Amino acid sequence: MQTILSIAFDGLAYGMVLFIISIGLSIMMGLMRVVNLAHGAFAMIGGYLASYAMRDLGMNYAIAIIAAVIGTIIISIPFEILLYRRIYRKSDALTQLLLTIGITFFIIGIANFILGPTLKPIPLPAALSGPMDIGFRMVPTHRIFVIVCGVIAALALWFLIDRTEFGVRLRASVDNSDMADSLGIRTEWIYAATFALAVGLGAFGGVVGAELMPIEPFYALRYMVTFLVVVSVGGAGSITGAISASLLLGLADTTGKYLAPEYGEFFFYLVVILVVFLFPRGLFGRAH
Amino acid sequence: MSTFSRSAVMRLESFPLAQETLGILSIGFLGLVGYLIFPEDLAFLTRLISITLLVLSLDLVTGYCGVATLGQAVLYGVSAYAVGNAAIAGIGDPILLLLIGLGAGILMGLVSGVLITRFRGLPQLVLSIAFGQLVTALCNKLSTLTGGSDGLAGITPAPVFGIFHFDMYSRTAFVFSLIILAIVFVSLLRFVRSPFGLLCRGIRDDDLRVQMIGATVYPRLIIMYGVSGAVAGVGGALNAITAGVVGLDSVGFERSAEVLVMLVLGGAGNLWGALFGSIIFQIFGHYVSSTNPFHWMTLVGLLLILVVVFVPRGLSHGVAVLWSRLIKREARQ
Repeated sequence: MQTILSIAFDGLAYGMVLFIISIGLSIMMGLMRVVNLAHGAFAMIGGYLASYAMRDLGMNYAIAIIAAVIGTIIISIPFEILLYRRIYRKSDALTQLLLTIGITFFIIGIANFILGPTLKPIPLPAALSGPMDIGFRMVPTHRIFVIVCGVIAALALWFLIDRTEFGVRLRASVDNSDMADSLGIRTEWIYAATFALAVGLGAFGGVVGAELMPIEPFYALRYMVTFLVVVSVGGAGSITGAISASLLLGLADTTGKYLAPEYGEFFFYLVVILVVFLFPRGLFGRAH
Repeated sequence: MSTFSRSAVMRLESFPLAQETLGILSIGFLGLVGYLIFPEDLAFLTRLISITLLVLSLDLVTGYCGVATLGQAVLYGVSAYAVGNAAIAGIGDPILLLLIGLGAGILMGLVSGVLITRFRGLPQLVLSIAFGQLVTALCNKLSTLTGGSDGLAGITPAPVFGIFHFDMYSRTAFVFSLIILAIVFVSLLRFVRSPFGLLCRGIRDDDLRVQMIGATVYPRLIIMYGVSGAVAGVGGALNAITAGVVGLDSVGFERSAEVLVMLVLGGAGNLWGALFGSIIFQIFGHYVSSTNPFHWMTLVGLLLILVVVFVPRGLSHGVAVLWSRLIKREARQ
């Protein structure tokens, strides 16, 4: 019983980290139709910036998170203008894949050149670093913080996409960009804003999840596949899908690590194959 | 296709077996050049040849059928493990070991074909990745068959035809691999121009139209995956025979991504592009990554970005276009 509860809690925390990072990718893939393998690289940049802001500039945790998100978006702007604009909608999956793998390699190389190959921890504030009693066992307070962040991000995004003017314009631009253009919606601005939103969410997840996924030069490559898998299991572009896939895969992975650690990621990918084979559009994917 | 390459191909077609002869001559020439440049490092060239076979096998499914896959190394690595186990069990003859690798490759090819070609686009890509990761995790777990993370060692093949011993300078290994590469390459040149190969290109360009003329798509893609597995299997077998060890890196995601990059740099959908992409990338990487792997990643990343933006059909196509422009300019003057 104790083990089951522990698996459930750790799986939930891990799933939430997966969710916060992959929802940005899900938005890019579902709404902008870009298979962005460099998403993890932007999450990594966010982590590096937060680490730098706290350890070298002495900012506190909350301000460092905001600075990291904004900084990552600023860094991503040239990539958007020079490269991503070429591959919105019109490119095939292979072209997008190669371009974004190229961007990932490039960012990894540059990050290592500037910051070196060592691990960059993000120090936690006192309020988040201790343990907390949740009834059946003591858990790190930080994991509860992560879960809360995940829930807030999901609600905020749902509100933004489903209930605001921006969401309406975004969905119109995606469904029929020519028509949206003729209605006076500036689709290229909508796309740029959505790209920034996706990158910002990635960076936020990179910082918040750094306890579970430490920031190091190979971060972008190590978790690239995981994020892509979460999105396709959930169904690209769907918030419900991203949450359910993140929790399902977070639980599958945690269960595997608790009960059969010697099998590595076997169970994680077994679940992935089963789901994708049964639901090629993902659990909550939209028919195009 | 540019006018230059079309007319060049037509000129070639008018001679019987012209492409095949050209293939044998080029591989022989490249082998000779390699031998002269790297006389101390034939083990590297041997490894290069085995990876080139993997790139060719990827070209069959990605270049000729349009299948997006990041799991091709599975076909290569599992064959290498099969050959390693056969060798440790006492089978010494290199030709027999190659056939074992070929068989294992075909089997893995058919299995992944059934799984991966069921869908297109994103589900296809994710299935290929997930299948690759699943096999990698299994290879790590089944350490009695694979040696786990330590790898499978102690593979000592008998002399080729009972005459040519595998020496410590890899001379036999190099010549043996070069001959195998030439045979495979020439057979593939024929194969991709066969009616079956042409139909696969049709599937890549417009699978609906292929269905309209009465051909089924799914079974053909599976067969193509089987052929691709055979080629990758020979590559894996060569790796196991000549290197004497098989490690987890030969099945993993990194290897799959690496060969995809090689293929795209050279030019997918073109066996010559696959050949040159693989050779150029590996020789370049041999020098740069030995100094600093991160500089290597920056360079590869930059190169990939440039290729996708400026020569989306690969360097071999880019060179052909440049060449035809040059010819036109001379003709005008």
